Amino acid sequence: MMLSALVLLPILGSVVVMLLPRREELLRAVASITFLLTLALAAWLFWAFPPEERGFRWVERVPWIPALGASYQLGVDGISLLLVLLTAFLFPVALLGTWDAVRQRVKEYLSLLLLLEGAILGTFLALDLVLFYVFWEAVLIPMYFLIGLWGGERRRYAAVKFFLFTMAGSVLMLLGIIVLYLRTGTFDVLRLLQTPLPPQDQRWLFWAFTAAFAIKVPLFPLHTWLPDAHVEAPTAGSVILAGLLLKMGAYGLLRYGLGLFPQAAREAASLLSLLAVVGILYGGAVAFAQQDIKKLVAYSSISHLGFVVLGTFVFTLQGMHGALLQMVNHGLSTGGLFLLVGVLYERAHTRQMDAFGGVAKVMPTFAALSLFIVFSSAALPGTNGFVGEFLVLLGTFRADVRLAALAAGGVILSAVYLLWMAQRVYFGPRRVDPDRFTPLTWKEATALVALILVILWIGLYPKPLLERSEAALSLLSARLHAAGEVVR
Amino acid sequence: MEWVVVGIVALPLAGAVTNGLVGGRLSARAVSWVGCLVVLGAFGLGILGIRDLSAASPQTALRAVLWEWIVSGDFRVAWELQLDRLAAVMVLVVTGVGFLIHVYSVGYMRGEEAISRYFTYLNLFVASMLLLVLGGNLLVLFVGWELVGLCSYLLIGFWFEREPAAAAGRKAFVTNRIGDAAFLLGLCLLFVIFQTLDFEAIRERLPQAPPGALTVAALLLFAGATGKSAQLPLYVWLPDAMEGPTPVSALIHAATMVTAGVYLVARLWPLYLASGVLPVVAAVGASTALFAATVAVGQTDLKRVLAYSTISQIGYMFLGLGAGSAVAGMFHLTAHAFFKALLFLSAGSVMHAMHDLIDMRRLGGLGRAMPFTAASFLVGALSLSGIPPFVGFFSKEHILAAARAHSLVALWGVGVLTAGITALYITRAAVLTFAGPPADPARHPHEAPPVMRWPMGVLLVLSAVGGFLGAKALGAPFDRFLAAAFEPEVKPSPESEAFGELVLGLASVGAALAGIAVGWLAYRGRRMPELGALGQALSRQWYVEDLYQAVLVRPARALARFCAQTVDLHWIDGAANGLAAMVGALGTGVRRWQTGYVRQYAALFLVGTVLAVAYWLVR
Repeated sequence: MMLSALVLLPILGSVVVMLLPRREELLRAVASITFLLTLALAAWLFWAFPPEERGFRWVERVPWIPALGASYQLGVDGISLLLVLLTAFLFPVALLGTWDAVRQRVKEYLSLLLLLEGAILGTFLALDLVLFYVFWEAVLIPMYFLIGLWGGERRRYAAVKFFLFTMAGSVLMLLGIIVLYLRTGTFDVLRLLQTPLPPQDQRWLFWAFTAAFAIKVPLFPLHTWLPDAHVEAPTAGSVILAGLLLKMGAYGLLRYGLGLFPQAAREAASLLSLLAVVGILYGGAVAFAQQDIKKLVAYSSISHLGFVVLGTFVFTLQGMHGALLQMVNHGLSTGGLFLLVGVLYERAHTRQMDAFGGVAKVMPTFAALSLFIVFSSAALPGTNGFVGEFLVLLGTFRADVRLAALAAGGVILSAVYLLWMAQRVYFGPRRVDPDRFTPLTWKEATALVALILVILWIGLYPKPLLERSEAALSLLSARLHAAGEVVR
Repeated sequence: MEWVVVGIVALPLAGAVTNGLVGGRLSARAVSWVGCLVVLGAFGLGILGIRDLSAASPQTALRAVLWEWIVSGDFRVAWELQLDRLAAVMVLVVTGVGFLIHVYSVGYMRGEEAISRYFTYLNLFVASMLLLVLGGNLLVLFVGWELVGLCSYLLIGFWFEREPAAAAGRKAFVTNRIGDAAFLLGLCLLFVIFQTLDFEAIRERLPQAPPGALTVAALLLFAGATGKSAQLPLYVWLPDAMEGPTPVSALIHAATMVTAGVYLVARLWPLYLASGVLPVVAAVGASTALFAATVAVGQTDLKRVLAYSTISQIGYMFLGLGAGSAVAGMFHLTAHAFFKALLFLSAGSVMHAMHDLIDMRRLGGLGRAMPFTAASFLVGALSLSGIPPFVGFFSKEHILAAARAHSLVALWGVGVLTAGITALYITRAAVLTFAGPPADPARHPHEAPPVMRWPMGVLLVLSAVGGFLGAKALGAPFDRFLAAAFEPEVKPSPESEAFGELVLGLASVGAALAGIAVGWLAYRGRRMPELGALGQALSRQWYVEDLYQAVLVRPARALARFCAQTVDLHWIDGAANGLAAMVGALGTGVRRWQTGYVRQYAALFLVGTVLAVAYWLVR
């Protein structure tokens, strides 16, 4: 019941918010309490999860569509646990950090955010392919509206592009799910994980699933929906989009791509890890050439997610550990970067870097907090980013030295574009209007400080996260290596 | 004794946290007291530590394991600190010289609005350097390694409203990052070789290591060292670092940061001995020493002269290490910390008096108005030139002796030549700044306040008489303390030693004297001899920066723009939009069939049926 409670709590909150009268304070209070309760529940799960657990905990199963054999089945293992915690943490932070940014249709906005949280949690917790697919698609709807209703000028173009790109992938995945069912007679992920498929079936099923995941991640060259979606999305939307939606793709690769189709994953590994490295370098280079801060952050996501995919497809424990941790890290630091952009946009009503300069003079506290997040994103040791990137690099090095050498270039690039951004926005002579650059509200400050505390926690003591995911990842890694023996 | 080791890092860190969080509400006085006292406290703890270590056997290390950090399968790294003899020497240099610079800052930065931010960064800088020094494994060392990069970024860009300052800070961090990327790969390779990043364990497992991989790992780490220690080819950030406040330059050049690369090689001494890359270290060091010394001759900015001087002197340290004597490298590191800090603080005193004027063409004649500063600079300059009995003479002689003893005659020659050029450029700087008539008689420079003068005084004494630490006649206490930690040091053959001593000493001192004479004759009376194309080349660092701009920076920018504007928008997104347009066109095309006329549908129906039947019949 624990996991159902986790998924249903925000969905219930979403319904309640829809039913309540249009009193902004009340609506916000209900939404905030729901987010915090969800966070408390997720934190309890994290704390209670035993580090030695290799499989799934708190599994619940209720028959759903008996004719198809589809069931409502949830469960959490060391892999999804981290993402559940990240989800539950990021929503309240995003809400708090953008409290004053949305003034119209607050009711619908809050309701959609809550619905989105429920759907994302469901995606990470589902252990039945039909249920997974339902949640996966359900995420699209609130996100589509968040971009389409509260977005910027080209919001419709961006929303439709986002929808079409992800739908294109999803359709292939749906096809894959159906074929998988016809071959095995079940949607039950727990059973599928135990059922080895013949390699020739794996091959194209893997690609059908991976198409959906790779678009979502996004993997180079399927990324062009991302910058548009980000630029047009409202700040909270960007935080969730970068922080969590992209993780659905990365999670899918790890859970389904590698878990269900180990041999096919092995065959595809060299191509996918190469694309990941290209993404690291390409995303970094393109980020550097941007004028719009939000686009810069969006392209930096492509670069950072490249590390995640790289770590996933080198199949070493450190690589996968780093990839998983990097999913969390990217959620925190890039989520944080989008919050920063939101704070700036609220005051300047532009995102062009030329319009800024000297922000550190008028908003010193904000500048200090910003630098924390910037350096977390640049993977400075002591912050979370370093632990993740280093593990990916080490895991990659053990698998393929050349890829590691190329990926190390990303370490340089992130410093280049992030510090270039910092210099143009925060430093230099004061170009911004001090009257408009009002100090941080306490809500904005609290959101940023909460992020920074977690950034430091993971940077200095990541062990609680690493040890809870180690057993599950070791199992996966062992399975992949066993699959390699079969291939040979 | 664990708490001593932890305290050495924790104290300055606590100072940084205090000033960072509440410094804005404290008075400038309170902020300064906190900032200075924590570093003094760390120095005191360092003394305690070194007292213990002197009594114990040379290989003893005080260790403190704080908590497990990164744990992933067979990769396990903890936050651990260790204080051994090598680290203890560094701790004393960092905290001792660092403390003096902190005190000096109280006077130099008086009236600065953001004083709490300044001391926050300064304390953090010292704490990071101490973490680097005390790191019990390579990964903890790397944390300190990158954090000093962060602090240099923050401090060089301290006056961030000035565009050049912000740009210089960024350049420092990015250039360091290039080295750090290599460092990271080196770390990975070392872990693959040894299954550990622990210094002790690496030392133990060295004999079983494959030599080829060792060489590559040592080279990668050394690439990291060239970034942090501003050696060829990654030196370019250091001259620009002048944009920071002058005490910061002193800190970067003398106590923290640039010495980190030297320390790294010394820390991994057994690895470097086994890896066979010491000749590379020596060659890079010697060529950097010569290169930077020549460039220093062509500079007109006093602080830039000192910056290139640092690059050159660090080159000497690497030459010493590369010649097989870690002790010589470390001794020069210590001596250099004394006299380079003194030189920078003297330059700061000049800036303080001349309202931030630092162009030597507009200085001059300051000796009369500022005798104490002039005397300090002079002692620093003589020490830098390697004139006995100043400290630089002893340390430089150690290095050249090592080079000669290992038959690195060419490198020894470079070292001697560089010694001459060194004396030349520093004499030039001293003459242009302090001698002759004032360039601007309207100004009335004054000596700095006592809070700035007495740190200079302490450094003056250390630069003047610190050489006894390495004097053979006095039993070379510094060498004895450290040498045992570097077993097995590469021992020079006895006969070369007997021959060497006298000639060596004479050669480098002779070169230095010649340099001083040339410098005096050429720049006496503040004339600037015309050097033509050579002068042009010198002042532009032999066009190295221009080369980097042309070959690396500009093409990289162009490539990034090309990716962003052409590849991403036109090719990739164009392909996606093209696909969408195709689907759209297909839809439009098919829509034509949906005319809504029942007659037409019926006709098509008929055609279809006929075709189907025909197919069935023909088959």
